[in-house]
Amino acid sequence: MTAGCPSAGAPVLRERGQHEVFCGLTSIIWLHRKMQDAFFLVVGSRTCAHLLQSAAGVMIFAEPRFGTAILEESDLAGMADAQAEIDREVARLLSRRSDIRQLFLVGSCPSEVIKLDLAKAAERLDAQFAPQVRVLNFSGSGIETTFTEGEDACLAALAPRLPASDKRQLLVLGALPDVVEDQMRGLLAEIGIPEVAVLPARRAGDDPAIGPHTRFALAQPFLGDTMAALERRGARHIAAPFPFGEEGTTAWLTAVAAAFGIPAERVEAVTAAPRARARKAISAARETLDGKSIFFFPDSQLEVPLARFLARECGMRPVEVGTPYLHRGILGPDLALLGDGPRLSEGQDVERQLDRLRADRPDLTVCGLGLANPLEAEGLATKWAIELVFTPVHFYEQAGDLAGLFARPLRRRALLTPGVAA
Amino acid sequence: MKLAVWTYEGPPHVGAMRVATAMRDVHYVLHAPQGDTYADLLFTMIERRDHRPPVTYTTFQARDLGADTAALFKTACKAAYDRFRPEALIVGASCTAELIQDDPGGLAEALDLPVPVIPLELPSYQRKENFGADETFFRIVKRLAQPMERSARPTANLVGPTALGFRHRDDIAEVTALLDEMGIAVNVVAPYGASPDDIARLGAAHFNVLMYPETAEAACRWMEKALGQPYTRTVPIGVGATRDFVAEAARLAGVAPKLDTARLRLPWYSASVDSTYLTGKRVFIFGDGTHAIAAARIATEEMGFEVVGLGCYNREMARPVRAAAKALGLEALITDDYLDVERAIEEAAPELILGTQMERHIGKRLGIGCAVISAPVHVQDFPARYAPQMGIEGANVIFDTWVHPLVMGLEEHLLAMFRDDFEFHDAAGPSHHGHKAAAAPAAAEAPVAAPAVTEPAANDNGGKVIWLAEAEAELRKVPFFVRAKARRNTEAYAAARGQARIDVETLYEAKAHYAR
Ligand code: SF4
Ligand code: SF4
Repeated sequence: MTAGCPSAGAPVLRERGQHEVFCGLTSIIWLHRKMQDAFFLVVGSRTCAHLLQSAAGVMIFAEPRFGTAILEESDLAGMADAQAEIDREVARLLSRRSDIRQLFLVGSCPSEVIKLDLAKAAERLDAQFAPQVRVLNFSGSGIETTFTEGEDACLAALAPRLPASDKRQLLVLGALPDVVEDQMRGLLAEIGIPEVAVLPARRAGDDPAIGPHTRFALAQPFLGDTMAALERRGARHIAAPFPFGEEGTTAWLTAVAAAFGIPAERVEAVTAAPRARARKAISAARETLDGKSIFFFPDSQLEVPLARFLARECGMRPVEVGTPYLHRGILGPDLALLGDGPRLSEGQDVERQLDRLRADRPDLTVCGLGLANPLEAEGLATKWAIELVFTPVHFYEQAGDLAGLFARPLRRRALLTPGVAA
Repeated sequence: MKLAVWTYEGPPHVGAMRVATAMRDVHYVLHAPQGDTYADLLFTMIERRDHRPPVTYTTFQARDLGADTAALFKTACKAAYDRFRPEALIVGASCTAELIQDDPGGLAEALDLPVPVIPLELPSYQRKENFGADETFFRIVKRLAQPMERSARPTANLVGPTALGFRHRDDIAEVTALLDEMGIAVNVVAPYGASPDDIARLGAAHFNVLMYPETAEAACRWMEKALGQPYTRTVPIGVGATRDFVAEAARLAGVAPKLDTARLRLPWYSASVDSTYLTGKRVFIFGDGTHAIAAARIATEEMGFEVVGLGCYNREMARPVRAAAKALGLEALITDDYLDVERAIEEAAPELILGTQMERHIGKRLGIGCAVISAPVHVQDFPARYAPQMGIEGANVIFDTWVHPLVMGLEEHLLAMFRDDFEFHDAAGPSHHGHKAAAAPAAAEAPVAAPAVTEPAANDNGGKVIWLAEAEAELRKVPFFVRAKARRNTEAYAAARGQARIDVETLYEAKAHYAR
């Protein structure tokens, strides 16, 4: 989008065909851990409930803060009826869960196909339960959203509701594990930005206020709609590579610092120790990864920054970098660093992509859970993409872990295959 | 609309996938949005299958809805045929596609493919996974199976095993061995491992072994009518059921019943003295109807347990489960609401749960051991070793599996002896499950530190009864897994007699009153 983007011209393979990616509902799995007083009520089908259950893997919580209001034959008949049913289920839920302060009605494919108006339902319920509970809606449907875009839709729904502020401040966008968020705050404080607003906040009451003097940086690349919503409120984006690895983290911090008039030397000075730690931690995995080729199936939209990290800091050779959606306004800096080497693909035709994969036979394939074991059985080492969004991987202290996630399948393969060196 | 948190069954098209994935040379074209492709991981991750399920999803998007989703289906269907060249094609819709009414069957038919196209109509907003599997297999059989001459020697088909089934892989081997001993050969196993050609040969068998009514009853009924093949009603899980099954199969095949019990260990293990402690163990059973009914029989007749709860999540099996429960003097629990099951288990306070992966988690929370007897499955339900549920080895496996969560006999006596010893506490689990031995919550369990009179408890009659301190202390000596029940019984006993206070005397009178 930006005219000055150095990689604006890199050719991209655009594909239509079978997508083998989760829908946006999946984001609920990490969003509900981050937003500790929120409940996510999917209005959908048994399939949606089953997807959530299968993606969550293990039912750790007896009554988790998410659930599915399953549409039944009777709901499909008349619309007025369905609105009343939502009211009833929500009232019942909120009376049982007094700990809930924000409720998200989450749209699914079935609710959207029958044009069930969840915005209207949210508005009505919001008025009814205010100020105790706020009620919002967003879509996590597979016809509108892909995997991580569920978080984007959720945060974009929050954006217009954030209080206004004229304060000059930094806002960081994207759900990070608490421990990583705290590390980030620590780094920014040392650089000279002691106060950092974060979206999503851990609790409804901690929502950031925003306005024309808010500068925001993205911690996750899949937040295009949220970015647009914040820009509509006057906030301005700080373009930067994503904070993966030593280089990415330093570049991200430097860009943020620059937006607040803090010189790069200051960033350099206060980050010397963690940078050295990160480089050292990465070097252990680099021994395994150096010179190896890697192929990304489209999944979380983290693919481009991860490929950049693996290429520049771990010596890997990206062959194909597939992503569900290539947002150049967000990924420009990472694309520039990645260079013209790898084939970029957007969207998916899984069968054709598998053909390309089999022709390339990379050393490592990053793919979804449905493909991993079948590819292993074909002799291709794989890394589950979903782990990259469920595991802390951002900033210096996680750089070694991030590299390790890619090294482990290769080391394991070497251990189990006599005569193969990692 | 019904709020669901965790579900026992997936949608019906997942049942169809279980059939398609179990078979060879079929392909399933499913009109569905992209998120529905999550279902692949059930097979590749949980069952560790080394191939993708033979499913093409059309993955239509919102922008296609205004345009032409039907054309998209046709393109996907044609491309899938050209790429995979299956011998038969199954086509259908997931919940979302059902709403847009594109008629996958008609669209696929119009492509004029040179192989049979089998359309599925699975009502996603009414039915669930087991129905989907049963209906899909029935449609495939109805379309492909032909009346034909019976094989010269007595043969049977094994019908019902699917992908993602609870121990189906190993049950097939066990039932094959049972039949083989009597000189009955297996004609076809289906859907597991069967090709469309194999389905066409089903009619050569003298009878069908219905292994899992959940997934193949409709097909068996149809084959009985259309192909004249009787089918077995006994599911050979447990020693008694295996004997009955052998007799039934022998009768249908017209051969002499025969069962080699040389490797059968359950009866002796159950009779041996270490098992004395199993007597009257209170078990709660919940699963699919077939496995729950089988477990109830084993529990009472072969393990000497007391069944305190019995139920199933698949409504299709409500009738036989109700009958089995009634025979045990129980009211069956027929529900697919996980929270209902949890409540019922808490209420019944069993010492062991025989359930599914869902009950395993309930057990973890309540501190009650659980052995898994039924789907829904998880990755550990596909062990590397041979571990059937059916037949002789199945009975042996069941003995080991059910006893494993319990404290071993000798160990239990020691625990009872030292119950009040400060180093022991009754929440400590069996010694072979390392992780559970946390320190006793001293404050909560200390006998006399409690206030002299505890909070009045509301009882069923709406009155209030008060526990005196010694009675409360005495109650703590009751093993934790029956403590809640003892408390309730004592309160009910006191209330019925108009007593406002419970002392040690009341506790023991109540105990005598409710003694079994
Ligand atoms: S793709 Fe649509 S129908 Fe499928 S699970 Fe996601 S929201 Fe539900
Ligand atoms: S609980 Fe065990 S089986 Fe289930 S997902 Fe975790 S590791 Fe796998």
